[in-house]
Amino acid sequence: MNNEQFNNRNVSEDGYFQVEIKDYPTTGWDKFKRVVQRTFRIELFVGLWVVLREMIVFNKHTISYPEEKMPIGPRYRAVHEMKRLWESDAERCIGCGLCEKICISNCIRIDTKIDENSRKEVSEYTINLGRCIFCGYCAEVCPELAITHGGEYENASDQREHFLLYEDMLTPIDKMKAGAQLEFEGFGAITPHEDERVKKTPLAY
Amino acid sequence: MSKITINIDGKEIQTQEGEYLLNAARANDIFIPAICYLTRCSPTLACRICLVEADGKQVYACNAKAKDGMSITTSTETIEAERRAIMEVYDVNHPLQCGVCDQSGECELQNYTLEIGVDSQSYAVKDVDRSSHDWGHLHYDPGLCIVCERCVTACKDMIGDNSLKTIPRGADALNAEYKESMPKDAYAMWNKLNKSVIGLTNGTDVLDCTSCGECSAVCPVGALVDTHFMYTSNAWELNQVPATCGHCSAGCQISYDVKHTSVANPEDKIYRVMNEWNYVSLCGAGRYGFDYENKVASRDEKAFEKAIEAFKKADTIEFTSSITNEEALILQRMKEKLGFKLINQEAKAFQTFLKDYSEISGTSLYGSDLKVVHNSNFVISVGSALKTDNPNARYALNNSMTVNKGAGLYFHPVSDPIIDGMGKSIMSVNHAPLQEEAVLYLILDLFADKSKLPESLAEYLASFHSMKTITVTETVKEKVIEIVKEMKVNEETGEEEEVEVEKSKMVSKKVSKEVEVDDNRLLELVNVPAKFDETLAKNLKKKDTFALMVGPDLYTHPNSKNLARLVALIEKYTAFEVTIIPPLTNSLGVALICDLDDERGVYTIGYNTKAAFTLSALGDGDLDMPAMNQQEGTLTSVNKRVNPTNAALSYHGYELNDIANALGLEAENTIDYTVHLPVEAGFKAEEFDNLPNHYENDGTEMRGYLLENLKVQTSDDESVEPFNEEKMEGTLIYLANPVRQFTEFTHKATNLDELSGVYMSEEYLAKSDLNEGDSVRIKTEKGELVVTIVSDNKIAGDIACLPTFDSKINSEALFSSYRFAAASIEKV
Repeated sequence: MNNEQFNNRNVSEDGYFQVEIKDYPTTGWDKFKRVVQRTFRIELFVGLWVVLREMIVFNKHTISYPEEKMPIGPRYRAVHEMKRLWESDAERCIGCGLCEKICISNCIRIDTKIDENSRKEVSEYTINLGRCIFCGYCAEVCPELAITHGGEYENASDQREHFLLYEDMLTPIDKMKAGAQLEFEGFGAITPHEDERVKKTPLAY
Repeated sequence: MSKITINIDGKEIQTQEGEYLLNAARANDIFIPAICYLTRCSPTLACRICLVEADGKQVYACNAKAKDGMSITTSTETIEAERRAIMEVYDVNHPLQCGVCDQSGECELQNYTLEIGVDSQSYAVKDVDRSSHDWGHLHYDPGLCIVCERCVTACKDMIGDNSLKTIPRGADALNAEYKESMPKDAYAMWNKLNKSVIGLTNGTDVLDCTSCGECSAVCPVGALVDTHFMYTSNAWELNQVPATCGHCSAGCQISYDVKHTSVANPEDKIYRVMNEWNYVSLCGAGRYGFDYENKVASRDEKAFEKAIEAFKKADTIEFTSSITNEEALILQRMKEKLGFKLINQEAKAFQTFLKDYSEISGTSLYGSDLKVVHNSNFVISVGSALKTDNPNARYALNNSMTVNKGAGLYFHPVSDPIIDGMGKSIMSVNHAPLQEEAVLYLILDLFADKSKLPESLAEYLASFHSMKTITVTETVKEKVIEIVKEMKVNEETGEEEEVEVEKSKMVSKKVSKEVEVDDNRLLELVNVPAKFDETLAKNLKKKDTFALMVGPDLYTHPNSKNLARLVALIEKYTAFEVTIIPPLTNSLGVALICDLDDERGVYTIGYNTKAAFTLSALGDGDLDMPAMNQQEGTLTSVNKRVNPTNAALSYHGYELNDIANALGLEAENTIDYTVHLPVEAGFKAEEFDNLPNHYENDGTEMRGYLLENLKVQTSDDESVEPFNEEKMEGTLIYLANPVRQFTEFTHKATNLDELSGVYMSEEYLAKSDLNEGDSVRIKTEKGELVVTIVSDNKIAGDIACLPTFDSKINSEALFSSYRFAAASIEKV
């Protein structure tokens, strides 16, 4: 990359121009005159007219939230989701704790334990949304594509600390059964043509 | 051993003659990869990755010894090829489950795979079923195991349980063409690896050992894991608090690994205990007995006021030795200022013993420590149930047997299968209780230079010797000449004729001879096993470093003064270096700091012991105190070292220092006293914060400081009393804890689940009509007690052991002060 434009710190005069600013009024009378001038300028009525006109013709330029919502891009990083495996509907999270480790605002905490099948089980998983900065590192580091971001951005709360629990994030089983789980396409997701890039282990067995 | 210079990769380094190259390199910060080698143990030669080139020849750095002027290259093209192949082999069929592995990144397989840069795999073999095993406090997953055999080596060379070994894996043979195509060492290593996994020596799937967990600590991968720790935390989340174990006098360096308890509870919790296993080995109590903290929510002001009132009323403080040096000093200062009597029977006995010992030795402390025992090749232990009194002393004994090809003698009334299991070179002598003096006399008799001994002592020893005539049957080989008739062909005539031929033959013949031999009555008195003389003579061959460990049985012996003097004489007149094992955690510190009294006053305050008003770190007293893992301070170990320990967990209540402050002493923190520890007793005026607590790369112990062994005025009186041949008769009981238990604190720990009761050997139970679980009444002349029987295969013989770790069983009440007593045991 060419850094020349950044390296040239010699700011020439033609890059700048003087803004004409009148001197500030000093006497009381001058100040009064400026207020009157600013208040009754004709531009005010131009603006008011535009508003009136658009109001009469019902020409809306905004969406009417919350009745209406913007479509959210597939890579948008809003409130986290916890995905299930397509093959077995089982939870993808293996409790490795990498998301907890990488989280730069320290808002993820996991408790794990050994379950009755001698497997690692997540007994508690919380994200403090009050502290989360939605950087996406947790989704990127997750080796199982378990924790991802979702499109749900409405996480206003009456408290600064606002915890999201494992069950809240997990794809509901009925939604999973209906095949309605959406894969996340943002940070940490499998890129297209991943198969071609992976070097396979040459195991004969 | 002399200093030599060797050259590693162009760097001149100084080391000892005969030191292993790997250790020499490590001591000088030169990196040689190695997986299977454990410092202080014998080289295993399983991983072969420590391959180096010494003077142009490929050798293994872990078992090649340094010679003067040696030139070593740690990396050549062939060595790199070998290492790469070895790491690829280790990665064959290794599950890619690092995400859930309990090693969680503290993995040597992971590290070396990355270090060597393995990015492709050229080898393959069919995997076999390797399902995991539940071994009680351990979990073994052969799928993750790389069969480096570090666990086996640690168990054999350090711990002495010999519980683990390699067993057949049952895999297919390797593809024959690998033999040609692979680097040689990598193939040899793989060939061995592919044939074995780790299994138990006893042939079952039930682990029966002293449960120290050292094998799981040394495991480089997540194959051997402590069951209690499984899947509870990632290693990187744990905050390591360097500390000193507070259970026995070994004072092992440990680190408490702490983390918040759970999502809901931010209070710290200890998840596991780790150690620098290359330089210190823990016992089961140290490793698993960590959650004995006293949980106190807030300061109980009412109880504190009552405590101050009680202190104003009291004239005696009774305490145990589970306290820090600083607390001992606070108690001593309180005594000086307010005139309390200080009572601690076990430390008092030890203090007296040390004083009596000093009268002859001329030094305030014993001359040796456990490190010397580790490096000796002939070790004697007297008066201590080693495995339960001080497990580290037992490891030192075993280590000297296995690594130094040493031998030893273990004198103790209670026979110990663990000691016997250490091998043939250690002889157990089960003498009768009260005969410890005879044992020490015997040691003097066997090992002292008689001409240098004080005359009276030499004469006394000679009085046990007599000449006796015995009949020896010898087998003598004799040459017998026989005349045999043979048929031979006459060369001249060509006919066969009979010729007489002389033939000589060797015939063995038994001859009885009368021989005059020396008869040593001491041998008979201490009840030595058969063929003691011959075995000892054999064991003593090529031995040049001698160590003697004496234990707590001697301090409370009715004739402890005489015993102490005998120990000093042994140190003076034989080649033995003496270590005196303190009975409890900080008995040595207490003995040096406190001026202890014999008689109790009227009103006693107990610290961790029941009294009229009780301060307790166990949470069962009138005022709560912090437990050892919630305190900072120093502890004095058997190695005469003042070790610092840090608070792993927070404590919100009052501590002894608060009471001392309320009574007029002034110190903001308990550790303000560290600098005031008595210099005249050998301590140094060091601030607590300046005390280090770690090991250097070459194994140098950078922990606290060593006590100074001060000169003491002696009176030149070296007389010792003759001993009483009286033996204890009848059923005997012994005041000793089972393995992994020391005090009420170990009893409180959830992972140490030893049952309380009277411990009897399987052998004894089989011969009597008693069974495990029965209630029995044990009666001595001091008192009686009803307890349940616990069967213990870690002891043998007829002596039953009464533990002290459970305060519900007041075992001490049955004993006068000596650890043995005659008792009657009957079923109820």
